[in-house]
Amino acid sequence: MDFFSLHTNTFKNGIHPPENKEDTKGLPIRQFPFASELIIPMTQHIGAPAEITVREGQEVARGQVIAKATGYVSVPIHSPISGVVTQIGLVPTISGNKAQGVTIKAFPSSGQEVAEGYCIDYKTASADEILQAIQNAGIVGLGGAAFPTHVKLKVPEGKVCDYLIINGIECEPYLTTDHRVMLQQGDDIYMGIRYLMKVTGAKEAIIGIEGNKQDAADSLTKIKPTDIPVSVKVVPVKYPQGSEKMLITAVLGKEVPSGGLPIDVNIVTVNIATTAEIGRLLPHGRGIQERVITITGPAVKKKGNYLIPIGTPLRFVLDHVGIVDDIAEIYMGGPMMGPAVADLDISITKGTSGILVFGSKDVIHTDKIYPCIKCSACVDACPISLNPSKLGILAKFESYDRMVSDFNLMDCFECGSCSYVCPSHIPLVQYFRLSKSRYKRKQALNQQ
Amino acid sequence: MSKVTLNISTSPHLVKGLSTDTIMKNVLYALLPAAAFGVFSFGWNALLVMITTTLGAMLTEHYLNKWYGKLTTIYDYSAALSGLLLGMTLPPVFPLWMAFLGSVITIALGKFIFGGLGYNVFNPALVGRAFLQAAFPVAITTWLQPFLPERFYSVSSSIYAWPFMRPTVDAVSGATPLSAFKFDKVSTEAYDMAMGICSGSVGETSTVFIILGGLYLAWRKMLNWRIPVSIIMTVFVFSAVFYMLDGVAYPSPFFTIFSGGLMLGAIFMATDMVSSPITSEGVWVYGSIIGLLRGVIR
Repeated sequence: MDFFSLHTNTFKNGIHPPENKEDTKGLPIRQFPFASELIIPMTQHIGAPAEITVREGQEVARGQVIAKATGYVSVPIHSPISGVVTQIGLVPTISGNKAQGVTIKAFPSSGQEVAEGYCIDYKTASADEILQAIQNAGIVGLGGAAFPTHVKLKVPEGKVCDYLIINGIECEPYLTTDHRVMLQQGDDIYMGIRYLMKVTGAKEAIIGIEGNKQDAADSLTKIKPTDIPVSVKVVPVKYPQGSEKMLITAVLGKEVPSGGLPIDVNIVTVNIATTAEIGRLLPHGRGIQERVITITGPAVKKKGNYLIPIGTPLRFVLDHVGIVDDIAEIYMGGPMMGPAVADLDISITKGTSGILVFGSKDVIHTDKIYPCIKCSACVDACPISLNPSKLGILAKFESYDRMVSDFNLMDCFECGSCSYVCPSHIPLVQYFRLSKSRYKRKQALNQQ
Repeated sequence: MSKVTLNISTSPHLVKGLSTDTIMKNVLYALLPAAAFGVFSFGWNALLVMITTTLGAMLTEHYLNKWYGKLTTIYDYSAALSGLLLGMTLPPVFPLWMAFLGSVITIALGKFIFGGLGYNVFNPALVGRAFLQAAFPVAITTWLQPFLPERFYSVSSSIYAWPFMRPTVDAVSGATPLSAFKFDKVSTEAYDMAMGICSGSVGETSTVFIILGGLYLAWRKMLNWRIPVSIIMTVFVFSAVFYMLDGVAYPSPFFTIFSGGLMLGAIFMATDMVSSPITSEGVWVYGSIIGLLRGVIR
């Protein structure tokens, strides 16, 4: 048992929430219609917001750059539609804050063809040229974090990348976008891996897939190319295996040190949809204009996996798929880590991997909070072996310094496993989010 | 689309759906077969003792909360559980007023002064039991023979004793296997003890039903199986060593693990979530220490 832990193709602890992927995992990706007006916020990625390069009244073509990157940790944004810029100003976003954004009205009779750009050939281009091309294509982590991919791929001076791990885990319940991408865009994925291997200098690439997507693993194995050293590895289903540190432990049995990055153990991980997008866009010199999104949940009538243009208003999406009358909650992304939607006027961004709609009778409310009975359910669930029980008690007393110094609060990546299992319904991960931000604010004040 | 009202909540939006009161209720259910066997074996006496301690614990919990202006917490079932556990560790002919006092101590000193559920440092039922052991050493070692024919027709008069009066002992007293061995060197068959054909506390005699209850809880993942396993293993090894050294002075390891309240203690007392360790490594250490201490003391 705990004494004799051998590497078992998975990580320690974790949880098994109901998967709820049955409704959409068999549905092929379908093109979503264009809304008549798209709203594109400039804060679609982590890092500096993009800077708008178009003006009101200007006509833009689909695929044209409408905002440029401002600095290294930033990416440009491309127009998802051919039309005319009707408005530049503040637009609502999922965070609740307003951000600068561009509103584009579609040309009703346009064929919406995408202009061909300069092809970046993986055989002839240098690593730096590919990195630049990835930034130019506006590519960010499509799993939900939306971190600029070129930053992640840059191997720092003095470090080497041995393994490239492609993350096809998709451990969040309900979501099936990566599953469909693996089934339908295998060639794009392998093309993307060719670019990625050149950029990182990795000696070997491994595609990690959870056991509930065996068909995807089989289909990727079947079309596996022979020119690159790539393999497919199926690991047992467990949440939060899609987190990159958990994935590395599951696939290679290595542990990323506390506060470290995967490159500290000579590994780079990239999301599978991001990989497919790199393989699809770079040969044509294009940028991201659309992405695959799973729209599901008990309150959705036409569930499915849709290819939706960036900037499509959420209201338009919901009108198109049809939802029941008494909806209660909408989540962007998966149910374990995705934020709830407060405003239907927000639009689809590069980081949106799913839209889940729950009716009022589908939402489970746990109002009654009991005291912590130290049952150790959270300790047995925490994938990074923290002590959420102790942290939760400290959070109540606002001992943020102790939480960080003695109990490694900053390692928490907010997967929510502790809150999921807690029989006393203590909002543990919610406490930790708050504690982290309070701690950071306190640190910032102390430095002034 | 018409105007909608959206709830805003922070992730995770899914919950496992297990609740603290569900855990407490299931532990209660798991205790019931052993408690019922106690009634079957010792008659109405046993039932009265358990009802007194359970109600006593719930009333204490309720009124203490009320006194301090808090919402009552009896609906989390933890008070009922502590009360029943206390009752199961008492002799079947235990005077009811003492049992009631024990249940008040269980909740007030074992749990409430620490801040209620989740903050107690000891298992509340054992605090109550320790108090009774110190306060009433005679009453708590007065046993009753099992399966007396009149057990469902009459109730032993000693359990109705008035407070501070010397109880008139009319019960047909029977020695527990442990005292029989200690004082008379009579060893009871391990099989009889496992089946509960022996005298002892209300709820500790039927080892089989206690183990079944424990298996149920372990299956529902409401009990950390490492605790009873480590305790019983340690006790077994410890007594096996002594038995091999001197088979006359020391009982066999099978006798040891089936006698007294060991099973009840290992499965239902030591596994009290609040006062047991939280990591699985800690649990092994904890269980072994309990097992060693038991060996040294007994």
